[in-house]
Amino acid sequence: MKKLVLSAAALALTAGMGLADTVRLGTEGAYPPFNFINDNGEVDGYERELGDELCKRAGLECTWVTNDWDSIIPNLVSGNYDTILAGMSITPEREEVIAFSQNYTPPADSAYVALSADADIENGVVAAQTGTIQAGHVAETGATLLEFATGDETIAAVKNGEADAVFADKDFLAPSVAESGGELTFVADPVALGGGIGIGMRQSDTELKAKFDEAIQSMKDDGSINEMIKKWFGEDAKVFE
Amino acid sequence: MFSQCADPKALEGLNWLMCYLSSGKHLLFYASFGTVLLLLAITAPIALLFGFGGAMASRSRVAPLRWFGKIYTAMVRGVPDIVFFLFVPIALDQGIEWTRNWVLCDDPVSPWQGNEFLVCQAAKMPLSSSPQWVHEAYGFGLAVIAFAIVFGAFAANVLYGAMQAVPRAQLETAEAYGMSQRQVNRRVLIPQMWTYAIPGLSNLWMILIKATPLLFLLGIEDIVYWARDLGGAKTQTFSYPHPDWRLYYFLGILVFYLLMTWLSEKVIARLTRRLSAGQATMAGEALRKGAA
Repeated sequence: MKKLVLSAAALALTAGMGLADTVRLGTEGAYPPFNFINDNGEVDGYERELGDELCKRAGLECTWVTNDWDSIIPNLVSGNYDTILAGMSITPEREEVIAFSQNYTPPADSAYVALSADADIENGVVAAQTGTIQAGHVAETGATLLEFATGDETIAAVKNGEADAVFADKDFLAPSVAESGGELTFVADPVALGGGIGIGMRQSDTELKAKFDEAIQSMKDDGSINEMIKKWFGEDAKVFE
Repeated sequence: MFSQCADPKALEGLNWLMCYLSSGKHLLFYASFGTVLLLLAITAPIALLFGFGGAMASRSRVAPLRWFGKIYTAMVRGVPDIVFFLFVPIALDQGIEWTRNWVLCDDPVSPWQGNEFLVCQAAKMPLSSSPQWVHEAYGFGLAVIAFAIVFGAFAANVLYGAMQAVPRAQLETAEAYGMSQRQVNRRVLIPQMWTYAIPGLSNLWMILIKATPLLFLLGIEDIVYWARDLGGAKTQTFSYPHPDWRLYYFLGILVFYLLMTWLSEKVIARLTRRLSAGQATMAGEALRKGAA
């Protein structure tokens, strides 16, 4: 009994100690290989490995939280979690609402994928994930935009003929194209969009932003971030100079 | 889980399937069926309680209480469910954090700052340092309250109607025996109203079962969430790559819901029979004649 009381007290103490330091990292968990739920049911991917390393370097205690993509910014500003690491490109529109760390991937290419190389991406139906820079780009072209809640559904829409093409991050599409056995193919030239992917944070969290900026810089300086990019996106992926 | 599953990519056929279906993610999927059943088990009695309170309030002789009952049923029934499900959890969450902000923070300021809702670390609900299951239980709790408020309003209307349907002669007879209003309610009105309430309540129960996927909307990892995630096409990045299997997963869920409603109908049929016994209704009369 005494032991029980003691261990309960110890537990209460340690629980109190972590109070100010736990940073909740929000992600989508449905955008491989950036972030996804692996077969053990845990958050995995480039951003998981990167986030854990950044927290280690910044001396922060971090936990991972998943949230749907379309409500990921509202739930950040209302305080459900403290950061977004979800393949979110830095854009001026988003910067009006949230703050970004410096980028942790270089400005990357977006690409069209379709069933055949002559798919009509100019005037046809193009699928994209809701609220992404790619969806914004498609809306500006002459094509009809077909939006889906997850990236997976955009690719499925092309496969079942609902859309003529899908427009998304090239790094996200590449594995699906490579493994489709020739069914899917890249169409037209890649388009460079956004200023690279950064950690989204509340604008008031300046202290946290400084810590993450410093940690990202240190990973850029020692080249470990490039190794991580190559590990997850392949040898041909764009890396920092 | 099993030792032979250590290297999934080397597996084939039935072994692959067995390992696939027992992966950690699938175990979470199976557990989420429990989440849905738990939601039903907790929400149904609370909603019934809300409904009972609402119905009693609507019948009350005290005017403000009566207004409250009427406004509750009219308001909730007049707003689309989904709007309510989106509104209640956020409103409750911010309400709780707002209150805690003024009580627990050292020098509290209004949490609405620009586009952000900010409270100090100590006022967060649940605390950032709380383990993940606390966050999940909290979210689940908010969902239960939202469900209970919405379904409570419908139940209130059903029960109110059922109370009105009890023949006036029954209540007058009780009064003639010198029972007080409370005694009439407890001994005559409430025992008799159930037979009138059961068709409406069983409808509500069916709708409640079918409304449980709304959990998914509230960010709770329920069966729909996992079915969508597991069913999506998986590349070699995953241990168990497979094409788009959403159809099969959703089919599984469909069967689950059909089973649930089929089972419910059986139970409700039995309950209706029991409650009709001795009632001055057609069903009660049929039972009486059958027994004679």
